Amino acid sequence: MEEKRRISCIVCPISCVGEVTIVEGKATGVAGFTCPRGQAYAMEEVTAPKRTLTSTVWIDGGELPLLPVVSQHPLPKDRIMECARCLATVRVTAPIQEGEVICADILGLKVDIVASRNMETIH
Amino acid sequence: MYEHKAEVVIIGGGPAGLAAAVSACDNGADSVLVLERDREAGGILQQCIHNGFGLHHFKQELTGPGYAGRYLQQVKERPNINVMLNTMVLSVAEDKTILAVNPQYGVMRIAAKAVIFTMGCRERTRGAIRIPGTRPAGVFTAGAAQRMVNMEGYLPGKKLVILGSGDIGLIMARRMMLEGAEVQAALEIMPYCNGLTRNVVQCLEDYGIPLHLSHTIVAIHGKDRVSGVTCARVDEKMQPIAGTEFDLECDCLLLSVGLIPENELSRELGLTMDPLTAGPVVDQLRQTSLPGFFAAGNVVHVHDLVDFVSEEGEIAGKYAARYAAGLLPNGGPVAMVKATDGIRTAVPQVIRLDADDTAALRLYMRASKPERQVTLVISSGDQTLLERKLPVAKPGEMIVAEIPADKRGAIKDSITVVLKH
Repeated sequence: MEEKRRISCIVCPISCVGEVTIVEGKATGVAGFTCPRGQAYAMEEVTAPKRTLTSTVWIDGGELPLLPVVSQHPLPKDRIMECARCLATVRVTAPIQEGEVICADILGLKVDIVASRNMETIH
Repeated sequence: MYEHKAEVVIIGGGPAGLAAAVSACDNGADSVLVLERDREAGGILQQCIHNGFGLHHFKQELTGPGYAGRYLQQVKERPNINVMLNTMVLSVAEDKTILAVNPQYGVMRIAAKAVIFTMGCRERTRGAIRIPGTRPAGVFTAGAAQRMVNMEGYLPGKKLVILGSGDIGLIMARRMMLEGAEVQAALEIMPYCNGLTRNVVQCLEDYGIPLHLSHTIVAIHGKDRVSGVTCARVDEKMQPIAGTEFDLECDCLLLSVGLIPENELSRELGLTMDPLTAGPVVDQLRQTSLPGFFAAGNVVHVHDLVDFVSEEGEIAGKYAARYAAGLLPNGGPVAMVKATDGIRTAVPQVIRLDADDTAALRLYMRASKPERQVTLVISSGDQTLLERKLPVAKPGEMIVAEIPADKRGAIKDSITVVLKH
């Protein structure tokens, strides 16, 4: 079974739209991208797409009720929703410093979720 | 009345204002005062929790709060900078007296030697685009919804439609999906997307959200709460085509239909405005038409990248400090920058030919419409100052080009910027 998947490249503003050929679940060819970076991006999008996750968690005693968080490295795209649901259950207490680990090794994916800002205690 | 004075007063503590404050301080201003109306500085960055900021300026990918945090730290390390929070500026007079109000001092008068406008921009609303229909709750601008979801802990709706394909709208589509809401569709009246391709891929395609180009909303339904919208395809004059209508059910409509520089203070003061950018006319030092008044960031023209906002803030801060110290003479020869065929806006609009800055001259431009395989030509009289091939030009992605330092001598009384096929 041969399948062709259309990929919009995000590497640069040219935004090439190319195709990756997939044979029996394996990417075998790539066409339509003007540079090697685009080809590499398209191959990764087909084989192991990754995304950085940004979200918020509840924080008690902080200046704001929510603390923004970010995954320290990109996560597998198909686990993003699950990670977001997991973060919805997390609750932390102020003060928090930027970079502090909020959820270590989320879902066993070996990526930490860290605070993306300082949050002082409310006066 | 409480009286205050500072060498450089900066109105607005967002990314442009903070960069301007740091730069003014580092260029010799002894007292820098930042007036910020919110409860904390950092501006819109604090609610932009997504990543993608700082690749140019800090050479690393940061979140909005992370980017703001770096500047807040730099401000903190400089005791000459005072940031006054919860402070609203009421008026700015030509003699550089500022009237402001906050809960601590009440109405106060601030005397400045130089003033920098960094008020940013605000979103166009439903009123600005005149959508017919009833007036139910549940219609928000994308940025207002972003603040609710990312900072205040409220979900503005559970079933959404997004009008407009600006980046904030696209980013909110993903954000709402991650918070468990359902996003039905995004609609864009133009035949092309206004947001970055990266956001179309990662915020819409990743979540299976359709983007309907050349479509708009022709009616909003619902009595107390939005219950749905009627959408229609538009023709090339952007008029809805009869018979193409379809309904989408929703309890929330987000508008991401453009940003307008916030220039009430600049207009009242009588600064010369550029009708196309909706911001004040500035020179390459970011000085406006009134000596001693500077402007930077989204108040001048709406940017795509905060990195360039910071850069403008730095320029304005530096020259405001020099003006305050009496080191910036005015009244010398200038060249006007004219955006013509294919280019809608160009900033700065004025080049001071006597300025002692010797660096390359950086111009920020926006294309009038999407183009492929064009050449950007910047010229003065019969001299070409810069020619650059652009594989693509999109209105949504600012074109940045530099007139090399060695070509500055060739600039006459005007500079023309065009896109050639």
